[in-house]
Order: sequence, then C-alpha cells, then structure tokens
Amino acid sequence: MVQKLETLIESASQTAGPYVHIGLMPSYTGNGQIYDHELGHSPIEDGAKGEIIEITGEVFDGTGWALRDALIESWQPDAAGNFPGNEGADPAVSGWCRFAADADSGEFTLRTVKPGKVALRGGGFSAPHISLWIVARGINIGLQTRIYFEDEDNSGDPLLSRIEQAPRVQTLIAKKVADGKYRYNIRLQGEGETVFLDI
Amino acid sequence: MTDLYAGMRADKGPLIPRNREIHPDPYDPGYKTSVARSPNLPLLAMESGQSEETGPTFGHSKFGQYDNNLILNWNRGAAPAVGERIMMHGRVVDENNRAVPNTLVEIWQANAGGRYRHKKDGYLAPLDPNFGGCGRTLTDENGYYQFLTIRPGAYPWPNRGNDWRPMHIHVSVFGHSFGQRLITQMYFEGDPLINLCPIAATVKDRASLDRLVAPLDMAHSRPLDFLAYKFDIVLRGRRQTMFENRIEGM
Ligand SMILES: [Fe+2]
Repeated sequence: MVQKLETLIESASQTAGPYVHIGLMPSYTGNGQIYDHELGHSPIEDGAKGEIIEITGEVFDGTGWALRDALIESWQPDAAGNFPGNEGADPAVSGWCRFAADADSGEFTLRTVKPGKVALRGGGFSAPHISLWIVARGINIGLQTRIYFEDEDNSGDPLLSRIEQAPRVQTLIAKKVADGKYRYNIRLQGEGETVFLDI
Repeated sequence: MTDLYAGMRADKGPLIPRNREIHPDPYDPGYKTSVARSPNLPLLAMESGQSEETGPTFGHSKFGQYDNNLILNWNRGAAPAVGERIMMHGRVVDENNRAVPNTLVEIWQANAGGRYRHKKDGYLAPLDPNFGGCGRTLTDENGYYQFLTIRPGAYPWPNRGNDWRPMHIHVSVFGHSFGQRLITQMYFEGDPLINLCPIAATVKDRASLDRLVAPLDMAHSRPLDFLAYKFDIVLRGRRQTMFENRIEGM
C-alpha cells in the first residue's frame, strides 16, 4: 500500500445532446421568455477597439454533411491581446460568445473584434487566435480548437509549429474573403480533418 | 517581466492535463451519432496558456429571481410545473479540491413525462404548459449551488431498436478558465436504465460513470415539499507555481 493522493478526478463529460440549445441558448428554440438576459450574445459591445470582423463557416461531419445542431463557444482577448479581467483590457470586450449552426443551412457566424497576439508564460507570443469549444449530439466530449488568420504573421506560433503535417495547419486558419470577412470551416472527421486540441 | 497571472487564484500554473481515460470514448458505435462526429486523428496536446487559463465571468445582475427554480421559472411563478419536486444541489470543486466560487452552472432537462420543449422532440408525452426546462445559477463563495426542479422522465430515442435515456439532467459548467469548460449529465440513484443506456456507456470507466449518479439525499430533503439529490462536480485544476519557473540550465 502507498499513501492516498488527495487530488480528485474530473467529472466525466457527456454529450450535450440534441437539445443543448434549450439550456444554453433558449431564444434559439423559441424559449427566450425564460430569462431577462440571455448570456453570450456577443463578445463585444459598441466601442470595442480594433477591427470588427465577421467569421462564417460550417461544421462538417465525416460524411461531409454540415451539422445543423452544433453549438460553439468562443473565447479571445481584445485587440491588444489582453484578456477580459486583466488590467488594461478593453472594457467593451467580454471575449466570450455563444453561437449556433443555423437549423436550416448549418452556417454559423461570429462577429467580433480581431484579437491581438498573446504573451506566453515563458516569453514570446502566440499569433492572434480565437479559442473554440464545439459541442453537439454525437460529440461525447467538447472539441477544442482555434481560429488563426491568414493575414496575420503565424510563423512563430508555438501551437501551429507543433503540427507535423504542414497542410493540416491550414485547417486552423481562417481565409479572408473580403474586408473584415473570413471563412472558417470545421471538419470533425476524415479528409481535411480539423486539428483538435488537448490543452 | 510582469506577472500575467497575478491575482487570479492560488494555483497559477498550467491546467492539469485531462485524463482522457475517465472521459467517454469520442467514437462509440453503440451511440450511432458519434460515429461520424468523432475525430479520427489524435488530439494535439499542448501545455495551456492564457487562452485556456482565463475565462468569462458573469455578474449577478444578469440573473433573475426564478432562474434556478425550474418549477416556477417558465411562467415567472404563476403556476408550478407538474412532477416529483426535487432539489438538485452540490458543490463545484477542482481537482485540487478547491471550491470554484462564482461560476456559472446551467441545466436543462425533459419534463416529468420525458418530453423536451423543443420543436425537434415529437415524443407522445405532452408538454407541460408550466415547464420550460432550463435553469441557471452562480455558485456561492464555497462553490455551492442548488436548483429546484422536477424529476425528469425517462424517454425513448432513435438509436438502436429500443433505446431509452435514463432520467437525467444536462449540466454545463464553466469554472474560471475556458480550458475547464465541461458539459455532463446527472443520473439518479437506482435507475435501472443507466446500465442499458448507450450514452452512459460511452464512459468506459465504471467508477467515472458512477460519479455522475446523484444519490438520494434525505438529510437535505424538505419534509412535505421536495426530495434532494446531491451532485458534486469536479473540474480540471491547475498546478501550483512554486516550481513553474525552471532553474536556469535544468
Ligand atoms: Fe437529454
């Protein structure tokens, strides 16, 4: 026998299921009357400093079908790379947003401010990115990934440099389609599979 | 160098890496929808940074008086929902057994007949005009939370020929950092459907599944009013920082 560790074990994840919107985005299901203030409508308020951008995309399953029931949360710093709550962070950036694939088309849209590069614990920076967390029926544990931007300098980013197969880096990079507009698709499985993170 | 993590909390090191063994298998043929929605390739493991170690905070001002009372919140106290009245309560702590105060806990569930208020749910059991099916609250300074609700019914779902979900409440928790984000489900002690459920069975570690089963908690039940079920939630913790700055040359 040995001494007993005092650490606890994390609670196991379970799928968010087909009705996740009831709980997290009631107005999406027509149940908006339940709360006065629904949370996560937007990661920014009017007056947020920096470039306002719009990212659209779809979440594809292994057969190439776009999920109609995916729910995504995003988390990011302000345009200067300061996270909300840190000293000097832009008060008009809450940094957190909840958005859903459209029930008919499967397309999602995130309107936000373009994030700045983020200081690393050991010095240096990671390239500007938005963290994502994706849940849906059939996803047993939330999938973590990131959105980077093709018009930013991604060369020194420690996470992107860890990806062995160069073409897979592209799965994390939003493509600029117009001024302030980006396209970012997520592929859960198969050809062009998005790099998901354990972080 | 400025301390980026100053004042955040006692444990300021990176998040403790997830032990994926205690979590469900992402790909599980018994749960058919997971087959085409699970990655084939390994996850890219990295030490957490600010993106994962920070997270949204929520002020009390956004919350209404009925938000954690699912018996009354759908119509703001006008009439109660039908069903067995229960209190779901417990603590949110991290792997270091530290309370997670002031964190958002959200729940959603079927009504007493096993029907969700959702246009995609066409189950025979009727909607309850006095039940919406979701609630939310913030944990207190000790990580404690509580909801008043009704016990949800079991319901059938299209998977294999005759699959039923055990009674369950879906639970979403934030913690203090985006890397702690978790959605899980609470099951009820003694429900024989737990052992028949392909979604519960995605968790291969039996002890880990057992920790999702809430015991009946008579000591916290209120006589002539409601039964209590206790559901504690453990989120990822963070390492302590004493040895985080490596000594030069080591
Ligand atoms: Fe459910």
